[in-house]
Amino acid sequence: MPIETTDLTPHSHSADLETRDMLLNIGPAHPAMHGIIRIVAKLDGERIEEAEVEIGYLHRGFEKMAETVDYNGVMPYTDRLNYVSPLINNMGYSMAVEKLLGISVPERCHYVRVIMSEISRICDHLTCVGASAMELGAFTVFLYMIKAREYLWELVEKVTGARMTISYCRIGGVKADLTADFPEWCRKAFEETRKVLAESDGLLTRNRIFADRMSGTGVISAEDAMAYGITGPFLRASGVDYDVRKDNPYAVYDRLNFDVPVGTRGDNMDRYLVRMEEMHQSMRIVEEALRQMPPGPVQINPETGHAIPAAEMVDLAKVGNIEAISGDSAVTCPTLEGSGRAQHASIAADEKRVVFPPKEDTYGNIEGLMQQFKLVMYGHGVRPPKGEVYFPVEGANGELGFYVVSDGTANPYRVRVRPPCFAIMSALHKILTGDMIADMIPTFGSVNMIGGELDR
Amino acid sequence: MSGANASPIGRSQQEMNTTSLIEAVTKHFPQAVAASHSYRGDATVIVRAEFLLEVARFLKEDPEMRMSYLMDLTAVDYSAFGKRPAPAFFASSGVAVGPSPEIPDENPWPGPPGETRFAVVYHFFSVTHKHRLRVVVPADEAAAEVDSVASLWPAANWLEREVWDMFGIRFRGHPGLKRILMYEGFEGHPLRKDYPVKKRQPLIGPVN
Repeated sequence: MPIETTDLTPHSHSADLETRDMLLNIGPAHPAMHGIIRIVAKLDGERIEEAEVEIGYLHRGFEKMAETVDYNGVMPYTDRLNYVSPLINNMGYSMAVEKLLGISVPERCHYVRVIMSEISRICDHLTCVGASAMELGAFTVFLYMIKAREYLWELVEKVTGARMTISYCRIGGVKADLTADFPEWCRKAFEETRKVLAESDGLLTRNRIFADRMSGTGVISAEDAMAYGITGPFLRASGVDYDVRKDNPYAVYDRLNFDVPVGTRGDNMDRYLVRMEEMHQSMRIVEEALRQMPPGPVQINPETGHAIPAAEMVDLAKVGNIEAISGDSAVTCPTLEGSGRAQHASIAADEKRVVFPPKEDTYGNIEGLMQQFKLVMYGHGVRPPKGEVYFPVEGANGELGFYVVSDGTANPYRVRVRPPCFAIMSALHKILTGDMIADMIPTFGSVNMIGGELDR
Repeated sequence: MSGANASPIGRSQQEMNTTSLIEAVTKHFPQAVAASHSYRGDATVIVRAEFLLEVARFLKEDPEMRMSYLMDLTAVDYSAFGKRPAPAFFASSGVAVGPSPEIPDENPWPGPPGETRFAVVYHFFSVTHKHRLRVVVPADEAAAEVDSVASLWPAANWLEREVWDMFGIRFRGHPGLKRILMYEGFEGHPLRKDYPVKKRQPLIGPVN
């Protein structure tokens, strides 16, 4: 990228030395800028006098694409917004559409969604803290945190069948219930995560190098943060205790006990501390939710002891051998075990015009097949009434809002995402100004810029 | 465990909030508010474009309002609303299969905010009172220009740039209205309904 202007006017602060400002271009192809941000900084020595942030290098037209597919078809696109915590995006989008439809999901489904999105939040914070520690030279912490994230992603994989782009939610429910051994796996994964957090805390929090680079850098006041629309851990580090989960509680967050950590100085160190504490709080939420959650069919024995593969079930049904398959669960893939008829009532809303039937019905009887067809055929699908809604959830980076407008057809008329890190990035020039050039690295790290949701 | 099947948001409290919010704005600016509704509990006022700055300042500064946040600013192009082609049906078989009926609604949405092509949509939030308000400003196609609120909420700076980039709506008094997600030299505004989804431009993707 060419640098266009150089300000050649000498400054007066040094009497005998002639100084001049320098324009430094960082990114987009710079490892610390994650490959998609360009910052043009005007430097006086090592001090940043002015910064201009340029975004848009990862724009893929999410909002345009969402207008071309049906309501459930948007789900995979939402995975790719904040790809480190796709479950929260899934949840936000499906709750927005459910609000538009005026339906509510079963209680157990709310708990399942809360549990999965808190696990995602931990993954997101682990990535953010780990990566920014690595950029300051603490490579060990990065590896430890990625190890913990791996345990959590294995947990996510067991439930959803994928690690990152999971498309777990459906309008009016989730794809599958938690597996029976989920609490046990969860306990093990949290044990490891807690170990990693304790280790990383020991390595970082009172580490002289780390603390010196984080404390007092990237400072933003509470007033500025609010004026720029900053939410999430970044805002809470500045001392405002706004959290969507507390202030506009959705799903079952009002029944769960958790604390919202708040910082005082609004610098990088506080943001690090807030994120570390939020991970502990998220684990607390998951553990409490698992205790509170109404027992679902996964916790009792299914009626029949066995399940048959879906393809076999189709073959049996084709030759009319209905007796052989009645009462059986269909296994479409190992991770779909939780979506059978026994679990269906507790994970999907009671609205045939919105949710898919259990797989046994799809493969086993004409009503189920028609219900499935009416939802997947082109031009059919979920058809909310005409209207507009805004639904905010607490994403890992802050308030993640979905504004959905429906014109009564099967495709959304407009889907707008309020990406939390867009607001933070729009304030970045202000946060950077006055700091040293080296402080850009921890400050940018603490923004937790996720290109997918920033540029959409 | 009360309210197991209750709505995910505390509906009754929310509704009380929305009515009083709408009333407060309407009472203060009877000539500015063209219409209002609270579809699905979202307090919404439709404000005439010429009064936007006045209303915005009131929302920010009034102690009853204290909208500390401009959470979101976006636009909707209503030019294709209600005009999209009917969904597919199997005419070749001789049997026409119509689409499933719309899910009925006892409290229907009043519809797009007016005859204008665009609507600029603001979502405000107050940290003090924990209430939300949506302000919709209709904007005409010919003079697609709305006052900038960047002087009140710096958050609007980038959001307005995005709306200009995606919809081609200008903001009067914006400190530097230029494209943000697309590149300079991009022709057209991609989120307008008349911009084809598959249209390619020379600087991105394969050469046509």
